[in-house]
Amino acid sequence: MVISLVSTVVLGVLVWLTVINTPGWAAVQQAFFDPAVAWKFLPSVLLGLWLNIRILFFAAIGVAVFATLLAIIRTLRGAVFFPVRFLATAYTDLFRGTPLIIVLYLVGFGIPALGLFPRLPPEVWGTVALILTYSAYVAEVLRAGMEAVHPSQRLAARSLGLTHAQTLRLIVLPQAVRKVTPALMNDFVSMQKDVGLVSVLGAIDAVRAAQIGEADTYNFTPYIVAGLLFVIISWPAIRFTDWLTARAQRREQIGGTV
Amino acid sequence: MSGDETTTTPPVLRVRGVHKSFDGTAVLSGIDLDIASHQVVVAIGASGSGKSTLLKTINLLERVDDGQIFLKGDDITDPRVNVDSVRSRIGVVFQQFNLFPHLSVIDNVTLASRKVHGVARDEAEAEAERWLDRIGLRAKLKDYPDRLSGGQQQRVAIVRAILSKPELLLLDEITSALDPLLVGEVLDLVRDLKTAGATILMTTHEMSFARSAADHVVFLHQGVILEQGAPDAFFGAPTAPETREYLSRLHAG
Repeated sequence: MVISLVSTVVLGVLVWLTVINTPGWAAVQQAFFDPAVAWKFLPSVLLGLWLNIRILFFAAIGVAVFATLLAIIRTLRGAVFFPVRFLATAYTDLFRGTPLIIVLYLVGFGIPALGLFPRLPPEVWGTVALILTYSAYVAEVLRAGMEAVHPSQRLAARSLGLTHAQTLRLIVLPQAVRKVTPALMNDFVSMQKDVGLVSVLGAIDAVRAAQIGEADTYNFTPYIVAGLLFVIISWPAIRFTDWLTARAQRREQIGGTV
Repeated sequence: MSGDETTTTPPVLRVRGVHKSFDGTAVLSGIDLDIASHQVVVAIGASGSGKSTLLKTINLLERVDDGQIFLKGDDITDPRVNVDSVRSRIGVVFQQFNLFPHLSVIDNVTLASRKVHGVARDEAEAEAERWLDRIGLRAKLKDYPDRLSGGQQQRVAIVRAILSKPELLLLDEITSALDPLLVGEVLDLVRDLKTAGATILMTTHEMSFARSAADHVVFLHQGVILEQGAPDAFFGAPTAPETREYLSRLHAG
C-alpha cells in the first residue's frame, strides 16, 4: 500500500516535471489550460453535456430493443427464416464496418433531405445514427451470449410446454445477458463518449459548445473542460464494468456455475 | 395424478410401431408400448438401445419416422398437433437436472404453472411450497440451484415436472449423474409419486429400484422391445439371452 502510493507519487512528479520543462509548455498551457477560459465556458459546456446525457438515455433504450431483435433474428433456426436471418447478418456486417461519423452524416443530412419527415432537431437524427451503429455491435455481443446458453436449458424449457418466444424471453435472454454483461457495459461506455459526435450535425452538445467557446477565444481550454466532463460521467460505468469482470473471473476460478 | 378410470378409458400412453433413425442408422425399429393410468413402467437396456430416443419421441423432441403415439387417445404424432400443448401435458426429468440457474428454486418449480397453465402466482407458490416441504427443501425455496446438492437439484427438477399435474411423467436416467449416496433420496421421491398415483415411464440402470417399484419392465435392445413383463417374472426368469447377458453384466459391474 505504502509502496504503491510512493511509486505513484514519484511517477506523477517525474511526468509533471518532464511536461513543464518541454520548450513549448508555456504556449500549450496558455492554449489548453487557461482557468479563466475554463470557468467562463463551464456553464455552456455543462448545458451541452445535458443534451449528451439525454441522447445517451434514449440511444441506450433504442439499442437495447433493436439489438435484442437483431440477435434473436440471427439465432433463428430453420430454412424459413433464411431471408430475415440474411438481412440481419448483412445489417450487422454493414454497420459494424461503417465509421460512425459517416453514418451520422448519412442519417443526419441524408434522411431529412428526403423530405419524408417534418423538420426535426439534429440531435434526433444523431440519436438514430447511434442506435443504428451500436445495435450492430451489441447484437453480436448478445448473440454470443445466447449461443453460450447450454442447449439443455432450451430443452428443459420447451419440455415444460413453454413456447419458443417464452423460452427466449424467460430462459435464454436473461442467462445470455448475465454472461455478457461486462462486454455490454464496455459498449455502453464506448457509446457514452461517442454521443459527443452528434456535434458534427450541429446539435449544441458539450463538444459543440466547446467548439463555440474555442472559436470565440481562440483557446482550446473549453475542449479540455468537455473532455474532463465526459470522463467524469463515464467513470462510474467504467468502474462498474471492472467490478463485474472481476466478479465473473472470481466465479470462474472457484468453478461455480452462473 | 388423479383420474377415474373406466374400462373404456384409453391408456395414458399408447405407442404403436414407432420407427426412428438418425442418418440412416435405425435407433427405434417398431416399438409398441401401452401404459395404463397410475402405472410405472421401467425401460432398461444398454446405452444406444433406444431408451432415451423413445422418451424424446414421446415428448416430441424428436419426430417419429413412422408409427403413432397416443396420449390419452390423442394422436400426438399428427403433424398438425400443437407441440407446446402436448408437452405441457407431459412432465420430463433429465439426467442433468437442467434447472434454470438464473431462477430461484420457487421460480423454477412454478414457472410452467404460471406461464403455461396460467395459474396465479400465489396459488402456484402455495402448491410448490407444499411439495418442497414434502421433500424437505422448503427452507431452500429462495436459493438458486447452484447452492443445492445434485440430489436436491434433481428432487427440485422432479417437483418442477409434476407441479403442473402432467398426465404422464418421463424420467430419463434421473439418477445416473448423481453421487451414489444421493440416489436413494431421489428414488424415494419417485416411490412417493407412484403412491400418489402418477403415471410414469422411466429409464434407469437401478435394477433393484425397477424390481421393487415398477409395475412393468421392458428391455430394449437394438431398437426393439426384446422382452417385457412384470418385474418378478422379468428379473426372476429372463428368457432372451440378450436380457440375461445385460443383467449379468450389470451385476458384475
